[in-house]
Amino acid sequence: MNLTLLIVVPFLTAIAILFCKGLKQVRTISLAGAVLQLATVIFLLVAYQQQASGDGHFLFESNVMWFKPLNINYHVGVDGISLAMIMLTALVVLAGTLVSWNTERLNKEFFFLLALLSTGAYGFFISLDLFTMFFFLEVAVVPKFLLIGIWGSGKKEYSAMKLALMLMGGSALVFIGLTGIYFHTNTFDIVQIAGMQIPLVVQKTFFPFAFIGFGIFTALFPFHTWVPDGHSSAPTAASMFLAGISMKLGGYGCLRVATYLMPDAAHSYSWIIILLATIAIIYGAFATMMQTDLKYINAYSSVSHCGFVLLGIGMLTKTSVNGAVLQMVSHGLMTALFFAAIGMIYSRTHTRQVAQLGGLLKVTPFISTVFIIAGLCSLGLPGFSGFVAEMTVFMGSWQNPDGWYRFATILACASIVVTAVYILRATGKSIMGPLHVTHNQLTDATWNEKLAAGVLITGIVIMGLAPFLITKLITPSTDVIMNKVLTIVTIQK
Amino acid sequence: MWTDFLLLMKQEMAVIAMIFILLFMKLGRDRSNESFMNTMNVLLLLNLTLGFIGNRDGVLLNEMFRTSKLIALEKNILNLAMLIVSLQSYSWLKTHKHVPEFYILLLSSLLGMFFMISSGNLLMFYLGLEMSTIPLAAAANFDLAKRRSSEGAMKLIFSSAFSSGCLLFGISLLYGTTGTLIFSELPHLISNNPLQLFAFILIIAGFAFKISVVPFHLWTADVYEGAPVAVTSFLSVVSKGAVLFVFVSVLYKVFSPLATVWYNMLFILSLLTIIIGNLFAIRQENFKRFLAFSSIAQVGFIMVGISGGSDVSTASVIYFVLIYVFSNLAAFGVVALVSSVTGKENISDYKGLYKTNRTLSWVLAIGLFSLAGVPPTAGFFGKFFLLIAGAGKGNYLLIGIAALNIVISLYYYLRVVKAIFMDANPTPLQPIRIPLMSKLAFVVCIAGVVTVGVASPIYDYIYSLIAQMQ
Repeated sequence: MNLTLLIVVPFLTAIAILFCKGLKQVRTISLAGAVLQLATVIFLLVAYQQQASGDGHFLFESNVMWFKPLNINYHVGVDGISLAMIMLTALVVLAGTLVSWNTERLNKEFFFLLALLSTGAYGFFISLDLFTMFFFLEVAVVPKFLLIGIWGSGKKEYSAMKLALMLMGGSALVFIGLTGIYFHTNTFDIVQIAGMQIPLVVQKTFFPFAFIGFGIFTALFPFHTWVPDGHSSAPTAASMFLAGISMKLGGYGCLRVATYLMPDAAHSYSWIIILLATIAIIYGAFATMMQTDLKYINAYSSVSHCGFVLLGIGMLTKTSVNGAVLQMVSHGLMTALFFAAIGMIYSRTHTRQVAQLGGLLKVTPFISTVFIIAGLCSLGLPGFSGFVAEMTVFMGSWQNPDGWYRFATILACASIVVTAVYILRATGKSIMGPLHVTHNQLTDATWNEKLAAGVLITGIVIMGLAPFLITKLITPSTDVIMNKVLTIVTIQK
Repeated sequence: MWTDFLLLMKQEMAVIAMIFILLFMKLGRDRSNESFMNTMNVLLLLNLTLGFIGNRDGVLLNEMFRTSKLIALEKNILNLAMLIVSLQSYSWLKTHKHVPEFYILLLSSLLGMFFMISSGNLLMFYLGLEMSTIPLAAAANFDLAKRRSSEGAMKLIFSSAFSSGCLLFGISLLYGTTGTLIFSELPHLISNNPLQLFAFILIIAGFAFKISVVPFHLWTADVYEGAPVAVTSFLSVVSKGAVLFVFVSVLYKVFSPLATVWYNMLFILSLLTIIIGNLFAIRQENFKRFLAFSSIAQVGFIMVGISGGSDVSTASVIYFVLIYVFSNLAAFGVVALVSSVTGKENISDYKGLYKTNRTLSWVLAIGLFSLAGVPPTAGFFGKFFLLIAGAGKGNYLLIGIAALNIVISLYYYLRVVKAIFMDANPTPLQPIRIPLMSKLAFVVCIAGVVTVGVASPIYDYIYSLIAQMQ
């Protein structure tokens, strides 16, 4: 199976959209592209399951010389972790396309940018060469700026600029990290670098750059400030892409580049990561309590939930890293669903203020149910993916015997209570309760919205009820990373 | 002997031939502006194609003139830029009274640059440089009715005279201490003695003036603003590119014994240039001044690449200049068209441009993205390689500051993109019909911006030419 197909399909979709006329053609092509992507990914998944030998190594690799003088290769390949991420991307892309079915204004440009964004995401997840990876990471930045700035709401120009600059700052830091690695290994190839021993001093110097750089993408405290503004100003599909895919680029990068390639440094800096992650979890949760806008609620809760990803990576036990990957997938699906539901509500009521909503369950039962499902998943109700992921992170974190680390774990666990408070309060006020007079005539979800929600809910429920499906996929691959990290730890002792 | 002359100097001969054709056309009966311009565009295209055929290495006139495949390629990059500038100036020149003179001036300047790039002797280099600058000063004055244009020309002539003075003083000191001006003999005779260091500093200052490195940049913005857009784009792309090519070879070959000195110098100068260029670009309202400061910052990034001092550096600099031709001319082309049709040159006039002029908006945006170094445009590759080349010496402070400055530069490029796509404006610019020639130029620029980066053979080719020379 040729992995380049994963880049080619969305890219060709984008090109095809340019030649379309009118909303109908544009959205048909986009939907066809999204379905084709999902089909490719499912095919890839099946092929991977058949060929995987259980040792978690990369499959379907292809390695082509790109810039010979600089030893830059176009090197792609997938393992369980990247496959999980690719699966998530395909689902969110499909749902995002469906949700923006009725985009009237500048629809061609809108769908073109969405396709370009997904090209960047796929390319990033399959890259095994740091240059290729960096290239795709940045491909995904500027479309977001345009998506938010042109189709957004509220103080969109400010948010778009803030997001673009912060993410670009993140990638500048990543660039410094990559250069550091490059000049001590003379290659950008992740597989080759993983086999080498980078000197400890170098690791300690460049790990912070790489980790913080990627961390900015995944709302690492205190660089999370783009998240609330960016999410709340973005149009629905862009919010879904942003939270569902784009924030995962950062988490994946922290794991694959920073931790995997510089394990010694990961070990010596783990306490800082955990400190920041715990702050993000607690602070994000409490900040959410104070929000009155549904999108801000979800955005701040994303900060809190992405904290679990970083907590899992920082704890450096096999289970916790597994949990971090699970949390990335789960949070991607769940936030995308949440944003989809908020978008549906907003497009009907034209408000996102909790105080101005109420009793929506009576008029729009489907949308309200979707909202409730997303909320319950967010607070970690068993049966949904959130529970599986968070539970794994907590169990893994507790395995780390250090007293302070366990204290951090307890604090993180405690945040679940706060999550429950804000989720139930938001649900109670906007979905239950007396119906607002002006909202009597609201119509329920259309077919495309139902389908979009259906796609994401299927993912959430499958992951919640049969977590072994996905853990079987990712565990061998996270073990490869963790074996490298843990051997180093034993040598040091 | 004569065949050697013709073959090795064929690019120069071609330019001279074009100048003569223009003169003869001018002598004959009155022709319309269109016929002049069409002939010139065809000739420039021919000239460009000719430049790719049958290039070989060689030395003429006692090492005064040398050429190689790499030098031929550098000249071809300039030929290409000249062609694009000519295509873009179509709508502005159509109503101008002195079309042949305009071309003669630019072509003489180009000829000077060719001799400068090919020079193997400091004297030849100086002659080429002067020959390239003086016609440009006249060309900067080509909006004859505008006072600003004359002011720009005046500033250009003064600053270039000053820099030539520095250069000449440096060259004479160097001659006094070594007794030779030939590039291949100089490195053996240069050491760290104070007089030679002083000569070196003067020569660098002369170069710095030409490529507007901070603190020698003060003329740039005024001249760019005053001169007609076609001349401004020529100045910012062709003239800068030519001097950069020579700068690299002079620094690496002639001054190789002073490598540590110029490394430290470039370290400070490049950071100053990037930071000051960026900070001033943020506040600009006039589009041409904005592009002037952005081009100062770009030169700063090129200097970071040059400081690496390896084959990768040379390749990256040439590669970046090629990319810079495409991306900067895409932006300048739009500005030229808008200013020739509406006379408006402020960034605030571009608010809401996307409503009325979609093609122009995208061309401008793609050009700016490439200048900002956003993938998948070529600018990303160019900047990445420049920084990688600069990091070759292991100075991560330099790379770190440069990388963070890319973020600052992104801010002001995005500010323009924001104005085009997002800002509400009740009275956006009227819809502008794009003439065929500009369309051609845009297609070439955008095709270049999109393909030159991703297509690695181009970079590999440049690198292989450099590797051959060792």
